[in-house]
Amino acid sequence: MKFLKLAAVAAAMGGLSTAAAAEDIKIGVLLGFTGPIESTVADMAPGAELAMKEVNDAGGLLGGMMVTPVRGDSTCIDSAAATASAERLITSDGVKAIVGGDCSGVTTAVLNNVAKPNGIVMISPSATSPALSTIEDNGLFFRTAPSDARQGVIVAEILKEKGISEIAITYTNNDYGKGLADAIDTNFQKKGGTVTINVPHEDGKGDYTAEVGALAAAGGEVLVVAGYVDQGGRGIVQSSVDTGAFDTFYFPDGMVSPQLAANHGSDIDGSFGANPGTDSPGASTYSEMAEAAGFKAGPFSAESYDAAALIMLAMEAAKSAESNDLKGKIMDVANAPGEKIFPGQLGKALEIIRGGGDVDYVGGSAVELIGSGESAGNYREVAFENGELVVVGFR
Amino acid sequence: MEDILNAFVLLSNFVLIPALAYGSQLALGALGVTLVYGILRFSNFAHGEIMSFGAMSAILVMWGFQASGVSIAPLPTVLLALPFGILATIAMLLIVDRSVFRYYRKKRAAPVILLIASAGVMFFLNGLVRFIIGPDDQRVVDGERFIIRVREFKQMTGLDQGLALKTSQGISVLAAIVCVGLLFWFLNHTRSGKSMRAYSDNEDLALLSGVNPDRVVLYAWILAGSLAAIAGTLYGLDKSYKPFTFLQLLLPIFAAAIVGGIGSPIGATVGGFVIAFSEVTVTYAYKRFLAYMVPDSWAPEGLAQLLSTDYKFAVSFMILVIVLIVRPTGIFSGKTL
Repeated sequence: MKFLKLAAVAAAMGGLSTAAAAEDIKIGVLLGFTGPIESTVADMAPGAELAMKEVNDAGGLLGGMMVTPVRGDSTCIDSAAATASAERLITSDGVKAIVGGDCSGVTTAVLNNVAKPNGIVMISPSATSPALSTIEDNGLFFRTAPSDARQGVIVAEILKEKGISEIAITYTNNDYGKGLADAIDTNFQKKGGTVTINVPHEDGKGDYTAEVGALAAAGGEVLVVAGYVDQGGRGIVQSSVDTGAFDTFYFPDGMVSPQLAANHGSDIDGSFGANPGTDSPGASTYSEMAEAAGFKAGPFSAESYDAAALIMLAMEAAKSAESNDLKGKIMDVANAPGEKIFPGQLGKALEIIRGGGDVDYVGGSAVELIGSGESAGNYREVAFENGELVVVGFR
Repeated sequence: MEDILNAFVLLSNFVLIPALAYGSQLALGALGVTLVYGILRFSNFAHGEIMSFGAMSAILVMWGFQASGVSIAPLPTVLLALPFGILATIAMLLIVDRSVFRYYRKKRAAPVILLIASAGVMFFLNGLVRFIIGPDDQRVVDGERFIIRVREFKQMTGLDQGLALKTSQGISVLAAIVCVGLLFWFLNHTRSGKSMRAYSDNEDLALLSGVNPDRVVLYAWILAGSLAAIAGTLYGLDKSYKPFTFLQLLLPIFAAAIVGGIGSPIGATVGGFVIAFSEVTVTYAYKRFLAYMVPDSWAPEGLAQLLSTDYKFAVSFMILVIVLIVRPTGIFSGKTL
């Protein structure tokens, strides 16, 4: 990382000596370097910085200007701290755009309090709250992560295709769980299904027999567990299996993990679920690039790379590094028509844009921006057979 | 007739058996609280964490056994490790007593000061446990998990409703019966037990009659430590072991001790079951049960649930408040052993 910064700075200096007008462009990386998702961010921030390095190696933006990442800590949960970090990035460091924030709550706070008043573009790689789809953003906010409302549609589709007409839902009692459960509830009912019960469960309890008792009383063919695999979700599944209340489950993104099969073995055979994932060739290319750069292509890592890439391509397309100019170009570079751009091809994309051509950025997470500028979302459908998680398809 | 059987099996599966197992675990915990209260005359807030420490010690030893291939299948290995857990807990308690409680006892500090000191011990132990074993869930169960499985029960009886009886639930109830039996025998029929009761009843009179107070305090900690380690391990075996859950367990345990009459062992036992059964019966949704019991046209549309399961812990609070208003000494008029 230090090397990367140094390299970028050195390259910028080198540029300075030859091309007189060249200065560097700073892009903020506002993620939760401390706090509950710090381990995830460890793979996200290098992703964003990898894209910037790639652009620098290809000769920079806007006629040789180098791109420098500036990190800021969003903490994931502390809105005041995140706002202060973003304030610092914009006013003191002078970043032109921000990759971030990460969690939905702090992202909303930063957008409202800092990005909007200062007119700075934000592309979040990981905020999934449905509320961000309709937020008043002056066209400044985008995300390479899908809204949970989208997941609600996917869940309803999968359940309907399996011929299931009655479900019970339990969710972890927070914004994520509630938003997702409500999205599943509405979409499933829209498709003519019945939701017998939709109740929260608290994480971190020892015993979930009572919760499962209530779910069992309401009944249903499938229990949808919108929780976390190592928290209450596990207790709910275990207790349901033990008491024979449910034997088939649907698992949304927070639950789909090899850990699930390890926890419950063949007890959950016949259950199914889906989490974000793609079979696009970009994903495997990105994972190789990440490995070569010394980090893992973990959750939301490719989305971070894509967020940074979109900002830089839009700058080139707008022929300006200013947020107000580039915000109108993001949808253009992200979507068809144009040449498909995969990870590692940012230099080629810049060439095309400079030549007046059109690009359709696909990247590591198969980006397709819809609505007010959020990823359409690609989901990986999984099933549990003989105590193992198997991928059955993509949608 | 089959409807009534189905209703009964349903109720057993979701209410009676879980409540019986949970009640046994609460009773063992409440006995420890009551013993400390009877002899040392303060409410030991650290009791939940002592249970956690005991369970943790047992788990650490269990990992050792599992690694070296020792097992008592079909019983869970942790039972074999439990005696070591008990010893570790007693040793820890004696150190804590020496370094914290003895000082205040010698100064004849007011019970509330000891109570606050015990809250300090609670936080210390909580940190220590998380430092040693980490804050994550630990799986304790191995061996045969079920005595009766739902599917087997359905095949056996041909009923619509299944019944599950986990090994851990069976062990919990059995262990509670054995422990309570041994404790009563000890208190009523041994010299040491009688001296404890005398000390608890009237400290000065007991001292005049030649009861050694240090001895009595030692016995109290040994008993409380053993009961706590057993209760903690059984709770971890039945649900799953997670350091944070024991803080939540403190409220129902105290509620059980106070409802039964704090200081009264029989009260603590009964209180444990009263609290467990109230928590489970009040938050259970009776929809299906009623559907079996009443004619179809009367079957309820809603869940027929008195309180949402979120309020499970509020139930022990309510019972606690009611008992303190109506009968402050508890069911069995506590205060002495």
